[in-house]
Amino acid sequence: MLSIKQKDDIRKKAKEFPGHRSVSLPALYIAQSGKGYIDRKDIEEIAGILSISYAELYGIASFYNLIHRKPIGKFHIQVCTNISCSLLGAEHLLTRLEKKLGIREGGATADGIFSLESVECLGSCDKAPVMMINEKFHEALTEKKLSRILASLKEKAE
Amino acid sequence: MEELKILLKNIHKDESKKLETYISGGGYEALQKALSKKPDDIVETVKKSGLRGRGGAGFPAAVKWNFIPRDCSQPVYLIANADEGEPGTFKDHILMEKDPHLLIEGMLIAGYAVHSFQGFIYIRGEFAEIAQILEQAIAEARQAGYLGKNILKSGFNFDINVYRGAGSYVCGEETALIESLEGKRGQPRLKPPYPAASGLYGSPTVVNNVETLACLPFIVREGPERFASIGIPGNTGTKLFCISGEVNKPGCYEFPLGVPLLNLVYDVAGGIRGDRKLKAVIPGGLSTPVLSAREADVLMDFDSLAAAGTMLGSAGVIVLSENASIPEIALRTARFYANESCGQCTPCREGTGKLRLLLERIFLGSGEADDIRRIMKICTSLKGISLCPLGDAAFLPIFNFVEKFHGEFEALIR
Ligand SMILES: Cc1cc2nc3c(=O)[nH]c(=O)nc-3n(C[C@H](O)[C@H](O)[C@H](O)COP(=O)(O)O)c2cc1C
Ligand code: FES
Repeated sequence: MLSIKQKDDIRKKAKEFPGHRSVSLPALYIAQSGKGYIDRKDIEEIAGILSISYAELYGIASFYNLIHRKPIGKFHIQVCTNISCSLLGAEHLLTRLEKKLGIREGGATADGIFSLESVECLGSCDKAPVMMINEKFHEALTEKKLSRILASLKEKAE
Repeated sequence: MEELKILLKNIHKDESKKLETYISGGGYEALQKALSKKPDDIVETVKKSGLRGRGGAGFPAAVKWNFIPRDCSQPVYLIANADEGEPGTFKDHILMEKDPHLLIEGMLIAGYAVHSFQGFIYIRGEFAEIAQILEQAIAEARQAGYLGKNILKSGFNFDINVYRGAGSYVCGEETALIESLEGKRGQPRLKPPYPAASGLYGSPTVVNNVETLACLPFIVREGPERFASIGIPGNTGTKLFCISGEVNKPGCYEFPLGVPLLNLVYDVAGGIRGDRKLKAVIPGGLSTPVLSAREADVLMDFDSLAAAGTMLGSAGVIVLSENASIPEIALRTARFYANESCGQCTPCREGTGKLRLLLERIFLGSGEADDIRRIMKICTSLKGISLCPLGDAAFLPIFNFVEKFHGEFEALIR
């Protein structure tokens, strides 16, 4: 369910565009900013605000990788496994992460703190291997750096 | 080899993203100069400079602008394509993060030239922090009177809106981008009509790559002859080369078009890690056909690479050493395009999916003797028939991986 503030934000944002339909992506972002993903109810409510059908908005939401339709961890880890990163050991880092977190690629820890996903090129290949945690880039990764990052996140989660 | 820094001249300055830093380096002088001329004069200036689009296809910028109908009653929109999804490419990332005002000034000049009053920056969703940097720079520029109404008292109105994509490679294709910016699924449109005739909200629209727009302040300030004197005939100006993969000093470097590829690899990027031997280079991002080490003695410009059977693309140079497994890279390529195909047209959806299956089973050791022929057949028979160029972006490089390195594939099948 959307909060009153989220609904207001969506209506405000819609005014920025010559075509109000354009707000559908910003609206989906606003909706998932709370719990990290959107559910059926959120889509229904946004579709109502935008006066488009549920089915159409669902089609839009499902097209984009960054719109999550199931819960993700508090820290969502996206590891680039495209060419430049994999040439410099991305696959190995992904395996390390799976081991350390005790989950497989595509999964989330039972406590809901971490989720892990492999993704395509993040546009930072000179600093390979690269991953993103939520909206932050972590670059030139080594095993040591990875351990440090995970430790600090675990601390934050407590 | 010395870099020629025109686009990158500010990025190493302290607080390079601030308006005052940009202005102290001569920023917004070009805008002032442009506004003192007629829009058509600016189009003419850009035509004389020979500027070709940096988004992949190398289409002349002034020719694209001239497709915009004159005196039409509809608004004209200008879109900066900041989707930067082509694997191996990270130049627009650096330009926008370090020098956002360069893009803003470039958009102002382009907007003025094509009679637009509204620009959009469509930025890939993963660049959330860069989107914020752009928002801040736009606010600064608005405050200082470079954006908004009656800019520098010239009567010209222009503003910019930042629109964040949400994780989709195909949205870099200009009509998919427009669909996405209209709030829909990012599925490419059938062309024609081209965006210049009917683009965003059905209005005439210009879509240019970030780097293309970033060239404009220099062209206007220093004059088109100066720009045209850099590079080689038909391929003018400097270009940002993104070098990644197995080199000692990966990075984004600026050189005149026509710089030799081997100089980029060995002099600029410090040669190959561990002094290994060069196996191959992908010269222009993952969608461009690979060059084997033997073919790598080429110049890096649109025409030279086309003559070598490949493309400059987005100038994402991916360097592969003797250690790299071409079948593995071909498989990753197939997976990428199969994941990112929008699914709308059959040749692209089915072709990329089938290539992924075949390459997967070869890679896992269960390939059949006929699989190599099957791959080549898919790549050749589906070439040029998908709705947008995404299909070819998979078929061409995969065909070349298999053709040029078939021994490595055969070894996995036997
Ligand atoms: C699948 C696909 C992805 C593309 N991705 C991008 C991109 O990320 N950035 C970009 O500027 N152009 C991209 N393009 C090219 C655009 O369609 C368009 O030609 C370009 O933005 C035009 O800019 P220019 O004339 O300044 O080069 C892509 C094209 C295709 C077919
Ligand atoms: S390949 Fe990993 S960021 Fe480009």
